[in-house]
Amino acid sequence: MEFKINETVAACKPSGIREFFDIAATKKDVISLGVGEPDFMTPYAIREEAIRILQKGRTYYTSNSGLLELREAIKEYSREQFQLDYSVDEMIVTVGASQALDVALRTMLNPGDEVIFCEPAYVSYLPTIELTGAKPVAITLREEDNFVLTPELLLEAITEKSKMLFLNFPNNPTGAVMLRKHLEKLVPIIKKHHLLVLTDEIYSELTYGYQHVSIASLPGMKDYCIYVNGFSKAFAMTGWRLAYVCAPVYMIEEMKKVHQYTIMSAPTISQYAAVVALNEGLSEVAMMRESYDERRCFVLSRFKEMGLTCFEPKGAFYTFPCIKEFRMSSYDFCMDLLAKKNVAIVPGTAFGQAGEGFVRISYAYSIDSLRAALDLLKQYITELRHKMK
Amino acid sequence: MTNFYFEKKLLKLIETNSKLTDAELAQMLQVDEALINQTIARLKDEGIIGGFHTMINWDLTDDEDVSAMIEVRVTPQKGNGYEKIAAQIYNFPEVESMMLVTGSFDYMILTHKLSMKQVADLVNRISLIEQVISTSTSVVLNVYKNHNVIYKQKKLEDGRMELS
Repeated sequence: MEFKINETVAACKPSGIREFFDIAATKKDVISLGVGEPDFMTPYAIREEAIRILQKGRTYYTSNSGLLELREAIKEYSREQFQLDYSVDEMIVTVGASQALDVALRTMLNPGDEVIFCEPAYVSYLPTIELTGAKPVAITLREEDNFVLTPELLLEAITEKSKMLFLNFPNNPTGAVMLRKHLEKLVPIIKKHHLLVLTDEIYSELTYGYQHVSIASLPGMKDYCIYVNGFSKAFAMTGWRLAYVCAPVYMIEEMKKVHQYTIMSAPTISQYAAVVALNEGLSEVAMMRESYDERRCFVLSRFKEMGLTCFEPKGAFYTFPCIKEFRMSSYDFCMDLLAKKNVAIVPGTAFGQAGEGFVRISYAYSIDSLRAALDLLKQYITELRHKMK
Repeated sequence: MTNFYFEKKLLKLIETNSKLTDAELAQMLQVDEALINQTIARLKDEGIIGGFHTMINWDLTDDEDVSAMIEVRVTPQKGNGYEKIAAQIYNFPEVESMMLVTGSFDYMILTHKLSMKQVADLVNRISLIEQVISTSTSVVLNVYKNHNVIYKQKKLEDGRMELS
């Protein structure tokens, strides 16, 4: 006998990455370029602070919103780094950016509200919108626009029911960024149609050759934005599960209820360690960024050399090359590559139908690993081209 | 990229991995391979690149030799100060590296891996130099970290899930 599952949950598809991962896990000695987390270990000073705090016995809950000391550090950091103006009362420390997004969606959405989001999209966006009963409305971003959201595409998606615009730049999976000029063009539309912007900027520290601009920092936009950032990517702290959501205080007060009743507070040890991350970790962030940039250039040059088209990603640690020339689906391409060369990459369709014809290749790996995997990829596509002749 | 910045980046990359090819370095730094080639040649000429060695953790081999650190105090000579005395010492093939330092002694010497008898001989020869006032020798018991690499630490596996 089985009990009936909640209908919305039952209808939810499992993550495309997960599905592919399960297949890859059955194979031995797979070389993967599939991960979505830094290869660097968390900087030593941060790890040491966690040990110190643990030894000191700080093992209790913190306030629901998070340690005041941490919120103060976040306030300063956000102001200095991204010209954002959030007070300690306008933020909640969360269990990763995923929870920050979930709490924001659940607090702000009613069934039937439409949430506009851009595909290709990180795997959690669509299902977490659906879990609230709201309706996800996907915009297909185009390679010829460098995968940025244009005002035309946004306008096409807006209806009377549009409540929220969900953004993620620098983007996973494409690595695309939106420059100030791109964001500024969206502002009048957002204001006119009274859209609430939920902006996931978890990759904001990982941009190459330009300084990240947050849409929440543009004049008059704070009231229209819920801003999410965290420690996972910039500080190589994925396993610590720590992020934060910032918004006008009336929204934060309501979000706090959801957060309090479901999570209580983010992990205390991680919160103390994060204070050190913000106060002492930025030079290591810069070092990691420089290293990612070298790898990014390396990977893009190798693509060029093997004749694989790829727009130049300027953020995060992903490339999103186009594989349309092989006239195979992304899924088949990745499965075949895995079967023949033991290299695991993620099919673009794991990020929505808009990802068809693309694959996600992460460069959060050492040059030696990248070289090995790309050599195999090159062999594979050379063989494919040979066969197609 | 300014010239200084480019050179520094290049040097940092090959300092930790001298096996990167010119082509790979060119790709990582987004310059022509020829430029990498020329720059490395020039840096070699200028003595900025002193060589390409392999870092070996001898402690993991059966080799029983030791390396020693020798602190040396001297009376500097008129005219050429510390230079001439230093040359008398660093020309000994047993000396792996040698520095002039501030503090309670003048030179810090690190030897190659040697037998205890060879260490004693070297110290003896250094002591016999006229300007040397005293030496103090420490035998290295354990190397924890060298050239940014932590020894004895088990090689870390990539603990990440294959896809995420």
